Formats: sequence, structure tokens, C-alpha cells
Amino acid sequence: MGYSNIVLYEEEYHQIRNVLTRLNQEANARVVFLVDKNGQQIAACGEIENLDTTSLASLTAGNVAATDGLAKLIGEKEFSILFHEGEKDNIHISLVGKRVILVIIFDERSSLGLVRLRVKRASIELERIFEAIVKKVEMERQSQENGAASPFAEITDEDIDNLFSS
Amino acid sequence: MTFINYASREINCKIVYYGPGLGGKTTNIQYIYDTTNTESKGKLISLATETDRTLFFDFLPLDLGTIRGFKTRFHLYTVPGQVFYDASRKLILKGVDGVVFVADSQEERMDANIESIYNLRLNLKENGFEITSMPYVLQFNKRDLPNLVSVEDMEKELRLKDEPAFEAVAIKGIGVMETLKAVAKQVIMELKRGGK
Repeated sequence: MGYSNIVLYEEEYHQIRNVLTRLNQEANARVVFLVDKNGQQIAACGEIENLDTTSLASLTAGNVAATDGLAKLIGEKEFSILFHEGEKDNIHISLVGKRVILVIIFDERSSLGLVRLRVKRASIELERIFEAIVKKVEMERQSQENGAASPFAEITDEDIDNLFSS
Repeated sequence: MTFINYASREINCKIVYYGPGLGGKTTNIQYIYDTTNTESKGKLISLATETDRTLFFDFLPLDLGTIRGFKTRFHLYTVPGQVFYDASRKLILKGVDGVVFVADSQEERMDANIESIYNLRLNLKENGFEITSMPYVLQFNKRDLPNLVSVEDMEKELRLKDEPAFEAVAIKGIGVMETLKAVAKQVIMELKRGGK
């Protein structure tokens, strides 16, 4: 395949959760979540009980991809921030590093200025975590090439057939 | 690009249904949605025009159960088939793990099939993929219609490698799950190999 898989380990996942939780509080936001550029949700926090986060992740990625296409058409490298203003809720979308998308949903208890300010700091921290993840995945891959077994190496045909039998 | 989350013990894979306009890509996904248990599926999202033509994509998250303790989730996407939506098609192929090509079996759509498969190879290449070395399944849809091209001729025109090929009538569900299963199997085998 063209790219290596994305792998998220427990340690980094908790670091990410901590950054998002703090951002959620400091920005007075309703929801904060992180999506991979391909539409896979990485982590979410805030008022997510009644929110379809899977759909949200996929649509956000589609939105960012389409905006990215627009940017290239007019000769821009990227539009790093997207903002949608609603009657009650607003969505602030920004790119972290080159790979992940940070989404904040907020209402009148917060403001665009505050969100932007808090996002800036959180983005730096998140970028650092993702750099560490990339390094870790690379190391893991090298050790697998040197013979260490992947947890998926044992998958059998039967395992796969079982997936469809239920 | 498979997303493996050790924290929530989840594997997420992306499968894209590709093919010419009105070939039955959305119908495939719609059938899967209609026949899957409520607890195994998410919401089906369709970004379509007022006349129900796919504008950007359809999206269906599907839980297939667990494998080696990991919850296996497949995200199914369709692309808009109409020729002029090429920019959107390219975007949807980003990070794809497996492709299903839904071909229209009617004689008058053979040119459209050939053009679309050429377009698929091109767009995959632009995203850094090579069709010959990734999970890929061919589906000959609409086998219930008159004016059909024979399976042998379709294979001759459309087959790219030794990919599994299925006859289907997606609107009645014939061949739909077989197709999905075949591509999912290849994606998981790729994961087993370490998917690089």
C-alpha cells in the first residue's frame, strides 16, 4: 500500500485525551474532537452523548478535503482554518500538522477569538504527540521486519469468516 | 490506510465503491444498510443532488464484530460516478484500503465501464496506490436486465488481475454481501501481512 497504517497506542491516546479535555474546558467549548484526514475519528470529548461522532468525522474529513481541493485550484497551499457559523452552534476546524483535523463545536458561551487562541496552543502540543506516534510506529515496523510478530499475524481464514457469520 | 487503535481496541478500514454513473454503487451500500442489524451499523450518509445522484459521497460505518480482540469497523464510501465529478472522486480515494468496482452489465454501458476503470487506476496512482497490489474486487451488476454483455466478455474487458469477480443484482441484494465479504477479506489479509 502507498502509506503505512495509522496506529494509536494507549499512552499517546491518553495524552491526546488530556490535551482535548483541557482545550474543551479552556475554550468553553461544547465538543472537541480529533479526526484523521481520511475520516477516522481519533478521540472526542465534551457533550458527545447525543452526537453521531462517526458521521461527524467522515463529513469533516470530506469538508477539509474539498476545501483543500479548492485551495489548490486557486494556487494556495491550504486553508488551514475553516469556520462555520450557525444560529446557536459554531464549528471551528483546523489542521494539525499535515495529518489530523481538530474540530471544536462551541456556542454563545465562548467566542471565535477565544477558540482560536486556545486552539493555537493545543495544536502545538498535539503536533508533538503525533510526531512521537510516527516515530513509534516506524520503530515498531522495523522491529516487525526484524522478526517480531504483529498481533495480527495470527489471523486465520476462520477468523475472517466468523466476522460475517453473525 | 488502516487505523489501528490499541486504546479502544479498534481496527478501522476504508472501502470505496467505484464505477460509472448509475451503475449501482449507492444501491450496494443501501442494501447493506437495509439488511444489517441496527447495532452493527451507523447512519447512512448520502450527499446527493435533488434527483438522488451522488454529489460527493455516500458513507456507511459498519461493525463486523471482533477479530483477535479488536473491534473491526469498515467505513464504506461510494464515489460520484458521473464523469465531471472527478475532483471529488480523487479526494474520496485518499487513504483507501480496498476498492470495489461496480460495473454496469448493459451493453450500452461498456464504454462507460472501461472509461471508469481507467479513471480509477489513474486516481489511485495520484493517491500513491497501485491497483495491482491492493485489495480489489470486481462486481458485474444488473444481471437481471436485458441487453447484457456476457460474463466472459466483461472479464476480458475489465479484469485487471486475478481479482474476485461477482455477478450481482444489487437492487435485490444478489451478490452484494459476497462482494463486500471478498474485499473485506483481502483488506484483513493485508493487515495480517503488515500492510505496508
